[in-house]
Amino acid sequence: MSLNKSYWLFSRYNAFVGFILIILLLIMAVVGAIYTPYDPLKLDFHARLQSPSLSHFFGTDQLGRDVFSRILSATSVTATISILTVLFASTLGTVIGAISGYIGGRLDRIIMILMDALLAFPGILLALGIMAVIGPNKYGIVVALGLSYLPGVVRVIRGTVFSIKEKEYIEASVVTGNSEIYTILRHIIPNCFTPLTVISSAMLGGVLLSESALSFLGLGVPPPAPTWGGMLADGRQFMDIAPWLSIFPGMAISFALLGINLFGDALRDKLDPRMNQL
Amino acid sequence: MLKFIIKRILSIIPTLFIVAAIAFFLIRLVPGDPAVMLVGDLQDAEILEEVRIRMGLYEPIYVQFLIWLGNILQGDFGTSIMTGEAVLPALMDRFLVTAQIVLLSVSVAMIIAIPLGMLAAWKQNSSTDFLITSVIILSLSLPSFWVGIMLILYFGVTLEWLPTVGYATLSEGFWLHMSYLVLPVSSLVLGEMATITRMMRSSTIETLRLEYITHARAKGIKESIVLRRHAFKNSFAPSLTVLGLILGHLLGGAAVTETVFSLPGLGRFMVESIYARDYPVVQGAMLLIAGIYVFVNLIIDLLYPIFDPRVKL
Repeated sequence: MSLNKSYWLFSRYNAFVGFILIILLLIMAVVGAIYTPYDPLKLDFHARLQSPSLSHFFGTDQLGRDVFSRILSATSVTATISILTVLFASTLGTVIGAISGYIGGRLDRIIMILMDALLAFPGILLALGIMAVIGPNKYGIVVALGLSYLPGVVRVIRGTVFSIKEKEYIEASVVTGNSEIYTILRHIIPNCFTPLTVISSAMLGGVLLSESALSFLGLGVPPPAPTWGGMLADGRQFMDIAPWLSIFPGMAISFALLGINLFGDALRDKLDPRMNQL
Repeated sequence: MLKFIIKRILSIIPTLFIVAAIAFFLIRLVPGDPAVMLVGDLQDAEILEEVRIRMGLYEPIYVQFLIWLGNILQGDFGTSIMTGEAVLPALMDRFLVTAQIVLLSVSVAMIIAIPLGMLAAWKQNSSTDFLITSVIILSLSLPSFWVGIMLILYFGVTLEWLPTVGYATLSEGFWLHMSYLVLPVSSLVLGEMATITRMMRSSTIETLRLEYITHARAKGIKESIVLRRHAFKNSFAPSLTVLGLILGHLLGGAAVTETVFSLPGLGRFMVESIYARDYPVVQGAMLLIAGIYVFVNLIIDLLYPIFDPRVKL
């Protein structure tokens, strides 16, 4: 029992740290949208490449912009895009997955072949291709990344629907004369909520990382809007004289990912007891 | 068994067909005349007209797709707009660099991760286990491109031990070649190691609960042999699936690592072609990477029963 208790303490501690980091991230995102110490876009050629100090906590970049303000502002940009992407992928994925799983047959096979084809583009490859066509665009990323993460949601929801479909209460709903649409919306979708929460929280970290990678490559949110990835890319040229430009944006990404991963793991442990202790 | 193998091999055909269709129609969504894109709008109307006819632009779109697909199947991926070179040989040159980095980093990650994951599982819920688990969680939170930048900053700029960016071919000398690969490979190893360790840990925990392990222990077999001979094989099977995902992740993320270290690989080639609007190369790179990934997964699925004979094909 003492072993399980130490595991329990360890996971509780992780969940707590994750929760705190996520709250911090959200506060930064809200604050970054409302108020930053300096204008994140304002150039100041008298204050170029200043090292971190009391007036500029994280220093300034090659154009004299305050790095701390830019990181705050980038938090709200990244948080908005990541959350929109997860909402897009999970909504569309739930609809397609529920239809595929409920109706089954030929339609299901066609949908699964399509999803397998989307899955065949590993990592950010599909998003790169889409961004190549539409060019750097804030809402383009939501669609590009959303489509990359869609097959994962569809598979999970389809599997869940397959197992729910056989339950007596679904049969009861159909027998009492409810339409199929009503049955899907009223009885099947609500039961997909738990797996959807687990996969959405797991997806959030991946989406945030992919968004940063795309911005790093210059194919994300177009400048001058600050992004963590874009700041890292800009800072590379000045690595030897201004290392803070390469350090702080990466730390922001890592803390955000750490929070999301810890919280996601805790959520999964709570909602999906099969995974417990593994 | 044979029936499954054939069925599994045939199942990649519709996938590859749709992958090709996505690559084709995606690039066709680019606004503008494909003929102008290929030869530039400075050419006179006659040449443009000729190119349009040669490209089959007056045919219905599905005929154009089938012509294009036919060319692809014969290894003709078109020509690069920037250099006028054939796309496929250029892609293959770059792919060798990418493949080398991917394979090196996966091998190193596996060599570290498999014993580490088994150790964590064997000492489940001890402080060793929590230490390893914490390292996994931390590693998964560090983006590889940032790790790469930090490695350059420390080993390249501060210590000046290793070249920071660039590449040397094998013919320029083995050690020089390797010195350019150390940092990129290290930046990738961390994350992949964490993923494999996590999978290995959870599958070993499951295996160690099985009766045949208890039986082996009851026979008095040394614990190290129980782990190595009895537990390893069954625990490794699920990690094999993760290996496929990791290889895909590395191929798909190659663009980022190769940009950080200025390596002449497939991913950076694709990104440069995106900047240059060299669409035949972008299309070819997408197709090649997706195709390789589909084949890798096929091979892994077919290898699975070797490690886990309970899976009847």
